[in-house]
Amino acid sequence: MTLKLFLQYFWRDFRKQKKRATLTVAAIVWGTFSILMLLAFGEGLKDQLGKNQRSLGECIIIVWPGQTSIPYKGLPRGRRIHFRPEDVELIKKSIPEISRVGAEYSNWGVDVVNGKKVFSQHVTGEYPTYEYMRVQYAERGGRYLNDTDMEYKRRVVFLGYELNKKLFGDEPSVGQTVFISRIPFTVIGVGQNKQQMGMYGGPDVEKATMPATTYQSIFGDKYLDNLVIQPRDAETAELVKSRLYQVMGAKAQFDPTDKQALSIWDTIENQKDFAKMMLGMQIFMGILGGLTLLIAGVGVANIMYVVIKERTKEIGIKMALGARPQTIHNQFLLEALLICFSGGAIGIFISQLLCDLASIVPRDPTSSMSWLGNPTISLPIGIITVVILAIIGLTAGYFPARRAARLNPAETLRYE
Amino acid sequence: MSSNGTMVKLSGVRKIYDTGKVKVEALRGIDLSVRRGEFMTLVGPSGSGKSTLMNILGCLDVPSDGTYEFDGQRVDRLPLSQLAEIRNRSIGFVFQNFNLLPYSTALENVELPLVFRGLGAKERRKRASELLEKIGLGDRMEHKATELSGGQMQRVAIARALANNPPLLLADEPTGNLDSASGREIVDLFEELWKAGHTIMIITHDPNLPMRTERTIHMRDGRLENGAAG
Ligand SMILES: Nc1ncnc2c1ncn2[C@@H]1O[C@H](COP(=O)(O)OP(=O)(O)OP(=O)(O)O)[C@@H](O)[C@H]1O
Ligand SMILES: [Mg+2]
Repeated sequence: MTLKLFLQYFWRDFRKQKKRATLTVAAIVWGTFSILMLLAFGEGLKDQLGKNQRSLGECIIIVWPGQTSIPYKGLPRGRRIHFRPEDVELIKKSIPEISRVGAEYSNWGVDVVNGKKVFSQHVTGEYPTYEYMRVQYAERGGRYLNDTDMEYKRRVVFLGYELNKKLFGDEPSVGQTVFISRIPFTVIGVGQNKQQMGMYGGPDVEKATMPATTYQSIFGDKYLDNLVIQPRDAETAELVKSRLYQVMGAKAQFDPTDKQALSIWDTIENQKDFAKMMLGMQIFMGILGGLTLLIAGVGVANIMYVVIKERTKEIGIKMALGARPQTIHNQFLLEALLICFSGGAIGIFISQLLCDLASIVPRDPTSSMSWLGNPTISLPIGIITVVILAIIGLTAGYFPARRAARLNPAETLRYE
Repeated sequence: MSSNGTMVKLSGVRKIYDTGKVKVEALRGIDLSVRRGEFMTLVGPSGSGKSTLMNILGCLDVPSDGTYEFDGQRVDRLPLSQLAEIRNRSIGFVFQNFNLLPYSTALENVELPLVFRGLGAKERRKRASELLEKIGLGDRMEHKATELSGGQMQRVAIARALANNPPLLLADEPTGNLDSASGREIVDLFEELWKAGHTIMIITHDPNLPMRTERTIHMRDGRLENGAAG
């Protein structure tokens, strides 16, 4: 079969049954489009949700002091546990599986003032390790707290993105002075804007943060509000938690099996659950798109049966001239594939167009649109789609093609 | 196979069409031999089984019973793909209603048997255009089949039947749809082809045609009437 003849007949049939063929191709286009969109937006959403999820921190364990629930060495139950600055050093030294540890003090309703602008804000005193653990990255031109700030109890402040906007608007703020609790602080950096999915004590973008030592000297808190620990490896999280109970139990006098003595939020576990959820979502979306394509495939099979009926005479002529059953079979299989791939190509084209459009639309990271992320037709998604189209084309074409190939040449030539 | 050996040999061939409720016995025991190079006509009343016989001779259908030897080879139980190959290489068909692919050009129609044989495009084109020149349609090669007259269509069909230079040509009422002048031209063409060495069998209702052939076979009710076993 020459390609030219093949395409010629394909095109002629197509025009003869314009309506049916158009509907079938449209179904393939729609199926391809929906499966691609579902997968592409799924991918974008996954990326974006992952980013938001990580804006709290990458693989961190947050620990709050609790109350004992088991009597220990003659001490009664119901005793409050406290974290002190020296505990941070102790934990770091005693648990080698930990890569970073930090802690914070925090206080609400503290006046933060720039000239005539006065706001009552959430103010924290943090350890410099928070920069990486809690994703407290500075915008260009500024920085987060460092060890020297800690050591010298410097009066420096790191402003959350939104707080900075309220205090300074679009004016540059790094190097400027703000008053916190009527004490002057130099702004050293402004946090990057972030959409935060997990949080405690309020969003980071609304906070004013100073070195923990500075905070302690000003506000006089005896105890840290909470600790943040980052294991070297997500796999050792369980080990790190049980070590923490031992180390803190010995230090603060509680039974290491007393779960209530510490209150722990393991974001690593969350992240694992989250990954599973996203995978489930993508599988679900893929199945939906696949079903649409399946229905389209039935349409293709149907149209092929009609095509073969209408071309019975042509099949008979070809058989009389020596076309083998296999040749006839291949011809119709190829036609079914061609319908699928032309519909698929249009579907892929429209999807790509929409993805491009979606990524052109400007969005700031806190708007609701940003949840979509950047939908992308990745190579694996493209390959999956093409394979699905091929499978549908082959199965939809197989049975009609087999019928055509098994026709009796003499009968076929009598057909009018 | 020697040049004057047996081309076709049918023994006890029966064909029963089973159309669900009724069974039609179209051929009721046919014994027939055709020598290589014979020119013959097959005549008989409508419904006597002429086309059925020709379909079996042309490997377009298989007998319900009996044996068929084509060119010394038993072909009545061959698989479909081998029958296709025999039709492609050894048998040329000409039909009453031409059976050209209507939207293809004369050239493309003549090329078709060469396509199924697996010949390359260049060779196909060369062979097909030579054949069309030979039958006097050199100036109609790029015309669609639908743009040709009946006589021209039938000549294209003959050129197509000759594409693979098959020894046997089978024609089922080739002049049935033509006016008498075009019909005469077609019969002349067949006579030329016979002289060139082809074995030819023509089904016809034209009472004059049998006079021009070497042998005439009469059919009635699925049987041969005279000493056709020849
Ligand atoms: N495919 C078929 N199914 C059922 N019956 C058939 C079939 N083909 C032929 N017949 C029957 O077989 C008988 C012989 O038919 P055939 O076509 O061979 O006759 P014919 O001699 O060629 O007639 P005509 O001169 O009209 O072409 C007829 O009774 C016909 O109805
Ligand atoms: Mg007939």
